[in-house]
Amino acid sequence: MKFGVLQFPGSCDEVDALEAARRVGDAELIWHAERDLGGADAIVVPGGFSYGDYLRAGAIARFSPAMESVIAFARDGGLVLGICNGFQVLCEAHLLPGALLPNANLRFTFRQLELEVLYGGGPFTKACALGERLSIPAKHAWGRYYADSDTLAVMDRSGQIVLRYAPGQNFNGSLHDIAGVCNEAGNVFGMMPHPEHAVDELIGGSADGLKIFESMRLTIEGAVV
Amino acid sequence: MPVDAAPRAGVGTTPTVDDALALGLTRAEYELVCEKQGGPPNQVELAMYSLLWSEHCAYKHSKKLLRTLPTEGEHVVMGPGENAGAVDVGGGLVCAFKVESHNHPSAVEPFQGAATGVGGILRDIFAIGARPIAVLDSLRFGEPAAGPAGARARYLLDGAVSGIGHYGNSIGVPTVGGEVYFEGPYEHNCLVNAMALGLAARERLVRSAAAGPGNLLILFGASTGRDGIGGASVLASAELGAGGDGDLDKRPTVQVGDPFEEKKLLECSLELLERGLIVSLQDLGAAGLTSSASEMASKGGVGIDVDVAKVPLREPGMEPFEVMVSESQERMLCVVEPANADAVMELCAKWEVNGSAIGTVTDTGRMRVLRDGELVGDMPVAALVDDCPLYDLQPQKPSEPIYGAPPATAGLTLASTPRDILLAILSSPNLSSRRPLFEQYDSIVQSRTVRRPEQADAAVLALPDGGALAVSIDCNGRRVAADPYTGTVEAVLECAANLACVGAEPLGTTNNLNFGNPEKPHIAWQLSESVRGLGDACRALRAPIVGGNVSLYNEGATGPIYPTPVIGIVGRLPDARRAGRLGFARAGDQIALVGALRPSLGASELAKLLGQPLPDGLPEIDIAAVAATQAAVRDAVRAGALSSAHDVAEGGLAVALAECCLAGGIGAQVELAEDLWEAIPRPAGGHGAPGPRSGSEPPASTLLATALFGEGPGGFIVSGGPDALRALGERVATVPIGRVGDDVLSIVEAGATAGTMLTLTLEELAEAHGALGELFP
Repeated sequence: MKFGVLQFPGSCDEVDALEAARRVGDAELIWHAERDLGGADAIVVPGGFSYGDYLRAGAIARFSPAMESVIAFARDGGLVLGICNGFQVLCEAHLLPGALLPNANLRFTFRQLELEVLYGGGPFTKACALGERLSIPAKHAWGRYYADSDTLAVMDRSGQIVLRYAPGQNFNGSLHDIAGVCNEAGNVFGMMPHPEHAVDELIGGSADGLKIFESMRLTIEGAVV
Repeated sequence: MPVDAAPRAGVGTTPTVDDALALGLTRAEYELVCEKQGGPPNQVELAMYSLLWSEHCAYKHSKKLLRTLPTEGEHVVMGPGENAGAVDVGGGLVCAFKVESHNHPSAVEPFQGAATGVGGILRDIFAIGARPIAVLDSLRFGEPAAGPAGARARYLLDGAVSGIGHYGNSIGVPTVGGEVYFEGPYEHNCLVNAMALGLAARERLVRSAAAGPGNLLILFGASTGRDGIGGASVLASAELGAGGDGDLDKRPTVQVGDPFEEKKLLECSLELLERGLIVSLQDLGAAGLTSSASEMASKGGVGIDVDVAKVPLREPGMEPFEVMVSESQERMLCVVEPANADAVMELCAKWEVNGSAIGTVTDTGRMRVLRDGELVGDMPVAALVDDCPLYDLQPQKPSEPIYGAPPATAGLTLASTPRDILLAILSSPNLSSRRPLFEQYDSIVQSRTVRRPEQADAAVLALPDGGALAVSIDCNGRRVAADPYTGTVEAVLECAANLACVGAEPLGTTNNLNFGNPEKPHIAWQLSESVRGLGDACRALRAPIVGGNVSLYNEGATGPIYPTPVIGIVGRLPDARRAGRLGFARAGDQIALVGALRPSLGASELAKLLGQPLPDGLPEIDIAAVAATQAAVRDAVRAGALSSAHDVAEGGLAVALAECCLAGGIGAQVELAEDLWEAIPRPAGGHGAPGPRSGSEPPASTLLATALFGEGPGGFIVSGGPDALRALGERVATVPIGRVGDDVLSIVEAGATAGTMLTLTLEELAEAHGALGELFP
């Protein structure tokens, strides 16, 4: 399978995402000005500071030609993973519900965290067990997930809340300890922690993040777990 | 015979000698400029001379001294003199690295001062063609005590850490290590030193010499405004006033950084080099276009014509001299053959950085400034860059102490229990955990980080060939103040010891010399003695200087800073999987003290907390013996023989043990035999065994306090299996002192008069160690 990893001016973790994806399948970078997604089976919108976080994090990237193609791709059911800044872009593009606000402590914070898998069946957590704990680092200043209570209730019922911070691990103040959500159709997923930085025990002590990419591969290749 | 400058268009009245003095030149320097110019310089020319002949750019008081340092070695690929130095790290790769200071701007505006300090050092790295892969910071502030007394220190610390985080995180370069000290003498003169590392294929390294008359000079990056005008000479070479309005006046001269602009600039620069489109590259830093263009011309033995009307401006109505001295950030200068000009401009457009042809390389040997084709400044390049007078220092050892004694901590004396002393040191600003700081930094972007902050004594970054780089930045200014020669040797040894703990061998050194006013004989003495120590230590460790920075005049009405030669060393280890860790790892492991630790209280953290004045001199160091110990520990770590390795530094043996317990989340039962006391230098008249026993924790005598908390180089705490420690013992003094296990740190005295010296649970240790967190709510 082939991953397409978007690259905006200001993206920081796109090469990390590219290398993580390459452990699982083929992967190429897609320049923001390109409309052609290169035949990718799945898209990764990476972390970083696209457009310097000018206006709001992700606010400008969502208008790029590449994102226009990604929006169409997602509407057609294509798999889209948004990581950190990528999650912000997907919320700005209204591919995901809710918004990411400044961290409760108003500081950029980097920590290795424990996440809990709340929904283990979808395209992004197929390789995980329900309730499984994943050790994955988070590093951001604007990661506090917010959605109004009606939206949250709907998301809860539809199984859209996929990952949450384990007890005591929520440093940014996200409502309901939400760390990762998907859309109603389940094909678009955003998470604030960085799975691409937990793919090799030598570099960071955990390979749990690889399961997210592995899940996407399993989905594309139609394997039954 | 000086060549008369060509007739220049009038740009305001001709400046007088008083203008020259106001810009920081001496009368004699002004007269020399007139001689070089064949007449009084005009406004543009005077501005440019005043910057290039400032201490910051010309190193007038330090250059002669720096020439005594060792700069050659088998691993050195690029030595001092270029934008950064570089060492060979194997696999066809080189590591470029350097440290620089941004002290005076950070004292005025800590967020932007620190941020642009990071921006500047990053540009130095990619200016030689290396992709930046890591940043470290070395900070000094006054005491951050709660309440108004410490408010300024807390404000500066908070601003500097936020600024470093903002710039490094946004541009995608991990901040992997650093240090911060809080001492009275830095109260009015904080220090913000930033170090950066980069990686490049050896053949990609590029130099900055402008070459090829007829080639074009292309400026790219952000547009040019009035940032930092006069910053370099006005701020960096003058002693700061007492704060208040004086500092507010200086605020417009602090540069403002934009990491997003720099990210685009970085990618554009690297792609230009990758595609072989440019002849040479130089970043714009202090003194902006003035220094970049002149230095490129000087290195190439050529001349340069610059037309300020072609420089993209962000403010209207800028004078030619303003364009030439502006320190607007995120700009680079390159020399391009005319045939490649279109391709270069296209690449600049792709990355959305302004690219403008602003000048040409000539064969005149002159720096000429034009405005729309009209000549407004004309100077010989050699006069600007090479002919600045250099001064000899007049060093003289002070006959009286320069620094007052630090304030004593209430309730702490030598008679306090070892438990209370350990808690006091662990919770002190210099020793408590830096987690609240480094959690504000992304230390993992680019996926190379094998050891994150607090996991080991040095940062470790994986290389493609399975090896790894290790890097640390160190200096204890208070100990350098006690003994500039020995204190500097200690700083170099400390840095190398940190590398040894992860299994790395030093390849090269960078240094930032932060000192007071060198025109004062006692400061000149500190500087010369420190450079002497730096040279001796680097020669002994075979870690030559590949580049660095000097920051002088760090003093004010309350006196000078501690002499602070900040040392950065980069090393290599052959197997990233065997990188050492500092925390105890396994219950049952044996713990050993390795090396000839000769602890003393003079200039130690405990002495500081007790309010003791600085001693006159530190004990002499057997550098060869310390180097041999480091090599033995390094090899044991490389062999995978040890579970942990940590050097004994500030706070001495007991603090090192506490740090190993905290990092490993496991306790230790330590027994210290009486022959350990024999290592301690006795005062005349002698003392007996440590204080009276009563079955409960005894009060500490000086001897006991020295054994537990005394400082000095050459000691390591390691843990591992008994066979591994026995093997290590065949090479270097290795004394078993206990076992890893349980959840308390207990230190007892072995032998007939056994008694407990201290017992602390991991919770109690962690609570004390977390004290800095109160400064970052």
